[in-house]
Amino acid sequence: MATETTNITDFKNDPRVPEDLNNNVFITTLDKLYNWGRKRSMWPMLFGLACCAIEMICTAASRHDLSRFGWELMRASPRQADLMIVSGTVTKKMIPQIVRLYNQMPEPRYVVAMGSCATSGGPFKEGYNVVSGIDKFIPVDVYIPGCPPRPEALLHSFVRLQEKIEKQSIRSVRWYTTGKTDEGMLVPYLGPDLVDLRRADEIKQKTAA
Amino acid sequence: MSQVTATPAKSAAGAKLTPEMSAIVAKFGSAVAPAQYDGLMVTDHSKFIEIATFVRDELKYNQLTNNTATDYIKEGVIEVVNQFTRVPQGGAPLTLKLRVPRPAGNDKTQAVPSLCPLYPGAEFQERETYDMYGVVFEGNPDLRRILMWEGFAGWPLRKDWREAYYEGDTKPFESRWPGGDHKLAEDRVPWEDNINYPPGFDPYSFKPNPDGNIYDSMLAAAPGNGLTGEMAIVEDLNAAELAELKTDEIIVNMGPQHPSTHGVLRMVVKLDGEKVTDLKLALGYLHRNHEKIGERNTWLHNIPYTDRLDYITGIYNEWGYVLGVERMMGLKTTDRVEYLRVITGELTRLASHFWAIGFLLNDLGAFFTPALYFITERDLIIDLLEAVTGSRMMCNYMRFGGVSREFTSAQWALARELAFERLPRTIDELDHFLTENEILKARSIGTGYMPADRSIAYSLTGPCLRAAGVKYDVRRADPYGYYDRFDFDIPVFYNGDVYDRYLVRVQEMRESLKIIQQALNQAEKNSKVGDIQGGKKAYNHRVPAGQCYARVETPKGELGYYLVSDGNQNPYKYHIRSCSYINLNSLKEMTVGQKVADTVVILGSLDIVLGEVDR
Repeated sequence: MATETTNITDFKNDPRVPEDLNNNVFITTLDKLYNWGRKRSMWPMLFGLACCAIEMICTAASRHDLSRFGWELMRASPRQADLMIVSGTVTKKMIPQIVRLYNQMPEPRYVVAMGSCATSGGPFKEGYNVVSGIDKFIPVDVYIPGCPPRPEALLHSFVRLQEKIEKQSIRSVRWYTTGKTDEGMLVPYLGPDLVDLRRADEIKQKTAA
Repeated sequence: MSQVTATPAKSAAGAKLTPEMSAIVAKFGSAVAPAQYDGLMVTDHSKFIEIATFVRDELKYNQLTNNTATDYIKEGVIEVVNQFTRVPQGGAPLTLKLRVPRPAGNDKTQAVPSLCPLYPGAEFQERETYDMYGVVFEGNPDLRRILMWEGFAGWPLRKDWREAYYEGDTKPFESRWPGGDHKLAEDRVPWEDNINYPPGFDPYSFKPNPDGNIYDSMLAAAPGNGLTGEMAIVEDLNAAELAELKTDEIIVNMGPQHPSTHGVLRMVVKLDGEKVTDLKLALGYLHRNHEKIGERNTWLHNIPYTDRLDYITGIYNEWGYVLGVERMMGLKTTDRVEYLRVITGELTRLASHFWAIGFLLNDLGAFFTPALYFITERDLIIDLLEAVTGSRMMCNYMRFGGVSREFTSAQWALARELAFERLPRTIDELDHFLTENEILKARSIGTGYMPADRSIAYSLTGPCLRAAGVKYDVRRADPYGYYDRFDFDIPVFYNGDVYDRYLVRVQEMRESLKIIQQALNQAEKNSKVGDIQGGKKAYNHRVPAGQCYARVETPKGELGYYLVSDGNQNPYKYHIRSCSYINLNSLKEMTVGQKVADTVVILGSLDIVLGEVDR
């Protein structure tokens, strides 16, 4: 029965299916069912950073209507959220909090880098308090260019993320395999400048010299 | 003292002496001298507080408008600039300057007297100057870093301080132009090459303390009613025993990712039950270094950056900046330019007030329904702005002496439709459904009270000041553009609470509509279509050496730009007097004694935008 592609009409005249169940039985793979539910009930985290957050709010408002995609339930708590939309400039002062929020989200978790600043630092890249892209600290699934991206661009990123989710298999994703828990990312701290502990040895060498 | 009447006398050093400045010189003699371009230089620092008191009490400059510093590295001094305004009379600001020698390396400067005892609104501004230049203000109650964190190495706005991506002092950088080969910034300057870790810094043993002693003073003051930390099982309390019930005060951090803080603001609130007993703000979570980047940029480069200050009213921010540069360059605009500026600027004011009122209701608990309606209206406005300028929010519309695009006839018709048909109806509808709403009134009348004199002393501007009965609006007090050609009122209410701030915004929207309607009509009669650039177009502007403080009335308050030019194609000093930031100064006084749920409402009524607060 477990065929990859399943057509309902194939079973219409199948003697194995009782007549009263015709057209009432749908057969699919567990992956598809699971991903179908997941991708249409993403709960983004309710937090905005900068200008892009305004466009994010507009995306959720009536004209662009995020709820068409089943994503309208923005949660203020990271523990109830599946998706972090990094909507704006990530500063060095803010990055410890963002990494911590990311670590608090339960798996599966996804990150959308909204706009130039979250992607690369954007127009403020040269700034002394600006992180050149959120992907220096947490993994990103979808990048959206624009300053700020239009609501349509944000919607497009959701569609792309849905495509990505569809391709994941329940057998191979990390969060269902034993012994491979995700400890989250290392939280940087604010020293004389932002201190990335993954590079601590490098920094120590440099400052000792 | 009277307003400026006599012709200003030209002093030897260059600054024109106004009668007020002459009065200071007459009284304090050798303690002051005319500064190079504008204002007075206080040479005897010990007399500074005395002079400031004279300025406040005798000359009636009752508001500290702007406090910042400039680093003159060649002369080896850091100059602290204070600017004072008469509220509500207005007029040009009075400038007092102090110079301190530039210390070596990363040392702090010698102390200068703080203005906090005279002008409580100085606190945040002085902390910012301290944070950026290392200028120590003696007498500031809480002199910690405000935009960066405690322990950050260096004073970022000093001219010899270099950021990680440093390529040169001023743009255009040789590395990017004119060779034309594109290289990633990471390849040009690997980040680790220029981060300021001091020698001997050990990342493993360092104990970070980014907030400094933010909790110390809150914990020290007023330890509740006999706080012991003991627990007791309480049964059958009578009233007398209830009064003696021991309660703990707790400190709660709201933000920086709290949904009701309008962005990344962090409030540290001390609570006794539900009552707020103390409040401190931690800012800087969106500090994007506008001013450092602005000093590297050419004059023209900075226009799109100003859009990103208060990102809800991009066009109005640009206006303040181009106004300052035009004044320094002596550029003339055309009639058409001025009308287009008024029309687009006032449209953004409407959009901003729609947003502010929608989210004020959100904070009051009317979750998202009013906001959804107002976002719909705002979308109509930004659709028009997008059609004209090419971008929804970051319009990049103003140019020095002009604007970038002309309205097409279809866009003009749309503007007329919005101004005469659609938006008046919407505002009536808003008024009808909200203004007499029982819950809105119950929650907001008497909440966040701030009387007029305190508002002025705290450097409050914008709708919040006018809600306290002070009729101060830069459009009338220090006029710019063509506002003198329109018939409009400055709405004033007198109770100084959240409800009056709401009422001021509603009335201002009606006045804005009146302005837009008149501007549309006058522009059709008095201006030539397509005449959108005064002077000749240029990419590379050389602004004559000098300094300028230009201010405009944005929907949030008085937005000022303090610009210093040394005659080059880049600003030597580019400071933004941010109204959202300075308005936050008074949040503590408004909030202490109220319930914690009202904190959010009061913050909503201040209508801050974090892009402008942190810059």
